[in-house]
Amino acid sequence: MSSFPAVLNSEWTKIRTVASTTWTLVAALVVTVGISAGLCTLFNSTFTEMPKEQQLTFDPTLASFVGMSLGQLAMIIFGVLVVGTEYSTGMIRTSLAAVPRRGELFLGKLTVATVLALVVGLATSFLSFFLGQAILGEHSTGIDEPGVLRAVFGAGLYMALIALFSMGVAAMLRSSVLAICILIPFFLLISNILNGVSATRKVAQYLPDQAGSRIMQVVPGAMDSGETPYGPWGGLGIMVLWVLASVLGGYLVLKKRDA
Amino acid sequence: MIEAVGLTKRFGAKTAVDQLSFQVRPGHVTGFLGPNGSGKSTTMRMILGLDRPTSGHVTINGMPFRDLPNAQRNVGALLDAKAVHGGRRARTHLLSIAQLSGIPEKRVDEVLGVVGLQDVARQRAKGFSLGMGQRLGIATALLGDPKVLLFDEPVNGLDPEGILWVRNLMKQLAAEGRTVFVSSHLMSEMALTADHLIVIGRGRLLADMGTQEFITRNSAGFARVRAAGTGPDGRNTLGTALTKAGGRVLQEPDGALRVTGLELPVISDVAHEAGVRLWELSPHRASLEEAYMRMTQSSVEYTSSEDPRAELWEPEPLTVPEWEDGPAAPEVPRTGFFAPPPPGAGGAPFLMPSDPGKLASAAGNTSPNQPEESR
Repeated sequence: MSSFPAVLNSEWTKIRTVASTTWTLVAALVVTVGISAGLCTLFNSTFTEMPKEQQLTFDPTLASFVGMSLGQLAMIIFGVLVVGTEYSTGMIRTSLAAVPRRGELFLGKLTVATVLALVVGLATSFLSFFLGQAILGEHSTGIDEPGVLRAVFGAGLYMALIALFSMGVAAMLRSSVLAICILIPFFLLISNILNGVSATRKVAQYLPDQAGSRIMQVVPGAMDSGETPYGPWGGLGIMVLWVLASVLGGYLVLKKRDA
Repeated sequence: MIEAVGLTKRFGAKTAVDQLSFQVRPGHVTGFLGPNGSGKSTTMRMILGLDRPTSGHVTINGMPFRDLPNAQRNVGALLDAKAVHGGRRARTHLLSIAQLSGIPEKRVDEVLGVVGLQDVARQRAKGFSLGMGQRLGIATALLGDPKVLLFDEPVNGLDPEGILWVRNLMKQLAAEGRTVFVSSHLMSEMALTADHLIVIGRGRLLADMGTQEFITRNSAGFARVRAAGTGPDGRNTLGTALTKAGGRVLQEPDGALRVTGLELPVISDVAHEAGVRLWELSPHRASLEEAYMRMTQSSVEYTSSEDPRAELWEPEPLTVPEWEDGPAAPEVPRTGFFAPPPPGAGGAPFLMPSDPGKLASAAGNTSPNQPEESR
């Protein structure tokens, strides 16, 4: 009987034996921590030149996560490749010819990849936070301040969720290239532009990354982020709904279509 | 045992597999033949539950593949040698598939040995040749030690040694009582490997019979007879006599006669009684490949369209000689315009003579119709 643990075992073997896993996850960590540290250095040296309003709402926790807007792209690529390469290489047919229960295979793959993304995401967020705070010096905050631990933990969750969302999209599109061509411009540009323009902001604030990243804020409205109708966990909840929709979509496509 | 009943698959308006019903029995190598695009792979994919049939159903040991408990232990399949993540090493690729069904790691090394990939087990699959890919695919199929095995074009890209190995492996697997279903577009390969044939064209069943029966039914034999001299007299006399004796005679463009329905000794006797000397009397067997081509010709999906050189070729088909009244006999494929090499050559177009002088004298003789006289 091909039980679920067997599928998990197999997926773990698959994920740890390709180079792309290491590269994308290392990139996610290095890019996030590196850029965050760099910008924290900049914030620290130019703090007194900032407008008074910005100084008052300065959020040291959020400041130590600014690199995540680029680091998440590596996470997206990780998520896309985990699912997409099964299709591009034809491996999916070999896998399905061995395990006909597609739901089990899909769930196993997502579980293994998401847990891995969560571990790397948490490592990234904690590393980024402590390095950022060390750099910020007198402007820094502590992990025991109210809301800070939630934000650091939430940043790790955010990384895992963005990877899971990408896996769902890749399963729906059944192509790595297509999924990357849609997801990267969307999260790099479109989402931010829509959220930056006040006219579209009312809608854009419900996009997965905009809603989900609210969890990393400790000071509401910090860094021109504006007021949101949802709190940190509410925002993450909205993101989880997006992720569920994408995973469900991917599952239905795998279930219904010929492989 | 694989059983398909009324299996049909349509992709939009195109029917890839059309009302296919067949059984694949254990203990035999069953060849699945058809030209490219005839629906072989689609059928295989439906057997494995990868594609859903538009109508009809296919079962393995009485159950649809998707409902099989522990599918990998029951069915092993090689569908596509390139269906491997190129960045993964051969051994870990197999390991990941084995783990799906809880197959122990020891078995992975076993099958690597069986297919002869143990030395490259730790190389990444993207560096593999097509032949190595096929071996890796076969290893994947063997992992679960299954009772039913499916191989889609397993000899593609293999060298002669590899082809022989696959052939023996298939036979051995069948001898162990397993059901072995092998697809190919090469009749010659299947004639050597399979003991049962299922032939399809355009998704339809064309033949489902034992290989031996297929050969007997489909390979029409004939004798080529050439009367001495270049004039039509001897030929006409011989033709008339042979027709009287019950043979069916067709004339080849260069004057040789193609005789069916008479044994070679009988032809010789008839010629002797008619007083005609013979320059050639040779047996010919239309190859199985030709029989297969003829069978699938009308159902080939992708034929090359008009050949601009066609007009340069012999325009004149086999003609019905003057002593023959009836319509032309069913076309028997012609291998060439010339008589074949002498019987001693075993059908080879050219046989190197043992001493060089012979070759020189043969080169001086430009008529290939008189090979015996050049000796």
